[in-house]
Amino acid sequence: MTLLAAIGAAVLAWIAALGRFTIFVADTLSHIIRPPFYGAAFGRSLIQIGYFSLPVVGLTALFTGGALALQIYAGGTRFSAEAVVPQIVAIGMVRELGPVLVGLMIAARVTSSIAAEIATMKVTEQIDALLTLSTHPMKYLTVPRVLAATLVMPILVAVGDTIGILGGYIVSTQRLGFNAASYIQNTVDFLEVKDIISSLVKGAVFGFIAALVGCYYGMGADRGAIGVGRATKGAVVAASVLILAANFFLTEAFFNT
Amino acid sequence: MIKIAGLHKALGGKPVLQGVDLQIGKGESCVIIGGSGAGKSVLIKCILGLMTPDGGTITINDAPRTRDFMDDIGMLFQGGALFDSLPVWQNVGFKLLRGADKAQARDIAITKLAQVGLTPDIADRYPSELSGGMLKRVGLARAIAADPKVIFFDEPTTGLDPIMAGVINDLIRQVVADLGVTAVTITHDISSVHAIADKVAMLHDGVIRWIGPKAEIATATDPYLKQFILGSSDGPIRSRW
Ligand SMILES: Nc1ncnc2c1ncn2[C@@H]1O[C@H](COP(=O)(O)OP(=O)(O)O)[C@@H](O)[C@H]1O
Ligand SMILES: [Mg+2]
Repeated sequence: MTLLAAIGAAVLAWIAALGRFTIFVADTLSHIIRPPFYGAAFGRSLIQIGYFSLPVVGLTALFTGGALALQIYAGGTRFSAEAVVPQIVAIGMVRELGPVLVGLMIAARVTSSIAAEIATMKVTEQIDALLTLSTHPMKYLTVPRVLAATLVMPILVAVGDTIGILGGYIVSTQRLGFNAASYIQNTVDFLEVKDIISSLVKGAVFGFIAALVGCYYGMGADRGAIGVGRATKGAVVAASVLILAANFFLTEAFFNT
Repeated sequence: MIKIAGLHKALGGKPVLQGVDLQIGKGESCVIIGGSGAGKSVLIKCILGLMTPDGGTITINDAPRTRDFMDDIGMLFQGGALFDSLPVWQNVGFKLLRGADKAQARDIAITKLAQVGLTPDIADRYPSELSGGMLKRVGLARAIAADPKVIFFDEPTTGLDPIMAGVINDLIRQVVADLGVTAVTITHDISSVHAIADKVAMLHDGVIRWIGPKAEIATATDPYLKQFILGSSDGPIRSRW
């Protein structure tokens, strides 16, 4: 009986948490479409989330693209199919690895900093202070970050895809003896518009998730430094898992016809 | 006029406010005293609508409080609660920045900083670069920046040395007199009571235990109030560990 009660309590708590998160999402969306809009905060978020993420996105994609080329070559050799390296690198980066890796990097870099910043504001009463200054925290803090992340992530993913393919290209032409011109030709010929669209859509969805989850955990932080730590950790874990889950469903929707 | 009746609030399963009745008249300076953890901050947050009470009513000029109430108030938070991502002048001029243009908001912010004894050169500094006393002053400047009708001060002197505490008390008394506003101050610092109160209310065990004009605290017979004023360990108030 106590075991049942414990399971029941956990399920109820989980449903309650899901309900709170759903309300938070709906609240955010409703504030996006209502004025006022804080342009300066939006601009700061664009730079923070977009521009300053470029180095980590570039490095992650470059090394992954390179490793991918090596593995495909090694695997392909067994079936005398090593010529498919350009095609598989392109499809692997654009459809899956580009958006997922950039999404996870953004969860690590952006979700954590959003959650820590807002949680610190919460525990130092800065959120209350905003309210006493007739400013809605959802409008001033959440909307600019969520909007900026959603808009800038497709660009980051496009950059990641391109640099990932470049990583594969460098390894293939320098180490594996591929011809440079035909490598590029094969990549371009093989990629479809749908691949690229799916990549960008994934980017937008992952950006939305990363920023929203950071804001949600930050706003819900308990008191004290422990509260900030817990909010940050929870946000990164939740954003990463949600991004991977969303990736599965988006892949399913785009490619499993 | 702010009228509070039968206010109840429990937090973390513990009753904090258990039927608070309090009236604060227009232009009055009311100081709420009580030990730490008595629920003074919770009471102010309920009045402002930052916390939702479990029961009771709060009316402003005989009408229920609306969102617009925030447009008429200023609040000095216990820890300052300045926005550390913004320079001092944008903190002070935060409310003004939405309406007025930037240069005008900055001018007003610098005027308000001068009113609390701060020079224009700190306008472009960030809160993390300021000392505790300066933070309180900037918080005070922000609270008065938009010419509020009611100002709330949450422990304005806590954490300051006695001289700086005296300076802040004087500043509060001065801005309250100059602006003719209603002031609600919560504190456990008796020097603040003497400096800024017209009326004193003591919060204890979730209710207003004693209320009266400042002049009467010296002659009051309530054992709780007497013990608090004298700061003695001997009396009905038990310190809880
Ligand atoms: N957000 C909160 N969650 C849980 N308990 C709280 C919260 N805020 C205050 N409390 C509790 O309520 C009581 C009164 O707190 P507070 O109003 O801050 O006291 P003070 O009179 O020192 O300002 C304390 O026991 C405190 O632990
Ligand atoms: Mg307090």
